[in-house]
Amino acid sequence: MRFVDEYRDAAKARALAARIAQLCEPGRQYRFMEVCGGHTHTIYQHGLADYLPENITLVHGPGCPVCVIPMGRVDDAIHIASRPDVIMTSFGDMLRVPGGMGSFLDAKAAGADIRMVYSPLDALAIARAEPDRRVVFLAIGFETTAPSTAVTVQRAAEEGVTNFSVFCNHVTIIPGIKAILDSPDLRLDGFIGPGHVSTVIGCRPYEFIPRQYRKPLVVAGFEPLDLLQSVYLLLRQLADGRCEVENQYARVVPWDGNPAALRAVADVMTLRPYFEWRGLGFISHSALRMRDEYAAYDAERIFPVPGVRVADPKACQCGEVLKGVLKPWECKVFGTACTPETPIGTCMVSSEGACAAYYNFGRFTRERVKEAVR
Amino acid sequence: MTEQEVLDRIARARARRPRVREERITLAHGAGGKATQNLIEAIFLDAFDDPALAALEDSATVEVDGAHLALTTDSYVVSPLFFPGGCIGDLAVNGTINDLAVAGARPRFLAAGFILEEGFPVAGLTRIAGAMSTAARAAGVRLVTGDTKVVPRGHGDGCYITTTGVGRRDPTVRLGITTARPGDAVLVSGPIGEHGVTVMLARGDLEIDADLVSDTAPLHGLTAALLGSGATVRVMRDATRGGVATVLNELADASGVAVVLEEDTVPVRPAVRGAAELLGIDPLYIACEGRLVAVVDGADQERALAALWDHPLGRDAAVIGRVVADPPGLVLLRTGFGGTRVVDTLVGDPLPRIC
Repeated sequence: MRFVDEYRDAAKARALAARIAQLCEPGRQYRFMEVCGGHTHTIYQHGLADYLPENITLVHGPGCPVCVIPMGRVDDAIHIASRPDVIMTSFGDMLRVPGGMGSFLDAKAAGADIRMVYSPLDALAIARAEPDRRVVFLAIGFETTAPSTAVTVQRAAEEGVTNFSVFCNHVTIIPGIKAILDSPDLRLDGFIGPGHVSTVIGCRPYEFIPRQYRKPLVVAGFEPLDLLQSVYLLLRQLADGRCEVENQYARVVPWDGNPAALRAVADVMTLRPYFEWRGLGFISHSALRMRDEYAAYDAERIFPVPGVRVADPKACQCGEVLKGVLKPWECKVFGTACTPETPIGTCMVSSEGACAAYYNFGRFTRERVKEAVR
Repeated sequence: MTEQEVLDRIARARARRPRVREERITLAHGAGGKATQNLIEAIFLDAFDDPALAALEDSATVEVDGAHLALTTDSYVVSPLFFPGGCIGDLAVNGTINDLAVAGARPRFLAAGFILEEGFPVAGLTRIAGAMSTAARAAGVRLVTGDTKVVPRGHGDGCYITTTGVGRRDPTVRLGITTARPGDAVLVSGPIGEHGVTVMLARGDLEIDADLVSDTAPLHGLTAALLGSGATVRVMRDATRGGVATVLNELADASGVAVVLEEDTVPVRPAVRGAAELLGIDPLYIACEGRLVAVVDGADQERALAALWDHPLGRDAAVIGRVVADPPGLVLLRTGFGGTRVVDTLVGDPLPRIC
């Protein structure tokens, strides 16, 4: 298949792997964080680790939008969804995320009208088709998905649709990365930067990372060769003694991002003073809310929500996993109390979550698998 | 604790008797994955406690006064009811025939129960019944009894059908999900995922057009050809809900073996692959309604393949993997990219990813 197979070529992968191995200093340990959950998914889906030398560890970062939504917000959304006049709409992988009182799937089983959509525009279409119901779109995601939410709200306003609103949980990537960089137990040698987010924000916002924190960052695409090449580029920088932002995903990511998308977001949303990230705690200026001008489309203002903060379960070590301090299997409840069937932490819910990816795709040791596939 | 100790602990936890923790039935319980398995094992196996049921095969094998029979039942709910390549009627006949066929039986009689929603168009029902009649006749199966119920508007999705089938089985053919052993070859009879993607696209949510039709087909001719080839066949399954991945996980689990798949050898049409890429779901988990998964002795692999290729429904059959001893219960995939990963049973339906 064109535009897919070229980026999954095993011969090219072997060639890149050989160059990666050459660049590694013997005895040195390298830890690179892929910030984006989409990257985590690619790494596991294609078995990328098989191409990396033992001394390179990929640490899975906080860029899984489903994983960082705090439990209290899920409860608020369920509270809104449980109103008989409401149709709640959401992306598919949000359905299983557990709040303090169950997930959307549970709420749906208890009678809430919750529908999966592929785009916020689908939610707006439902609002047009069912004028007697109030349609709420549960907006989640980083700058990747915020523009489509913003454009949908603009369109609803233009058309005068009054039964549509957004429960806004959009987060911004830079404060998340900064929280990780400021974490005292951080030991990273570089970042694989999020590709899709960067199509919107561009590469400039990362420039403080090499400048202030002396960590290189390579914005990467989502095919396995993209990731392998990004690891190569990071090692190259370290070997050359350089430390900068590089763009491996230049076929999609413009250095200055997408100004039209950023304008749409700025028109409809504004920064919250602070927002809770699951596992990472409160991070200032890290999330978006609806602007006052669009209050009529803000579900948080239309519907009373409890807004109760729900503490993460004590046993859950999602925070340490998100920061890359623990590997998924090092968490106390991994795979026993916390599984994809009964997730305790959000890292286990979405297939982009570090724990779910490890559980579903990587639940074996390399030695045994080498033996099996020999 | 080392990684291996943690993995062993997980393996023990997974081997424990399942419980249903949810207070209510969710859609995940009907998706054919882990939630469905838990429901069946924790509630139905417990309540109905019977050795023929406990085998958890697609059909039960029973003996009546010396006659060896296979018996199966299946309910069909699909939205939309009509889709490119078929309708709920075709599924209801072919699906039950296939459950009998993979037990090595020759399907003979079907019973059909209809649950209709008030307001459902009679013309639609006529079309469905016509499709069932055509499918049954083509397969040489007689539909001999049935039942009809009507529920108030809003209490059903137009039309649900349950079919029950009986077939005659050759007792010398030994098939079973527990019998796969290292060295066996895993075959699939054709490209996977076409039914699932066709229905997904027919719902219209995605606004994608593709030149795809459902793969719904009766497999008893193909299974008879395979069994008649002289190859030692150990397991046959039709890969419906949960797809090929779910079938192979059940098999790896039941037989205490590992299955190693080669991604590049799994037949997938470009349209299915494209849709799956777009949605971020894996074709291995997408439902088929006329695809056979067979495990045969490795030494008989060519003979089995030749028999499948000779049948119109098996022209694109391929060997997609092999059975190895370790690690038991796991399905591994050698990716086209050259890496390795686990292909686990999903909890519920594959959910499209956000970005």
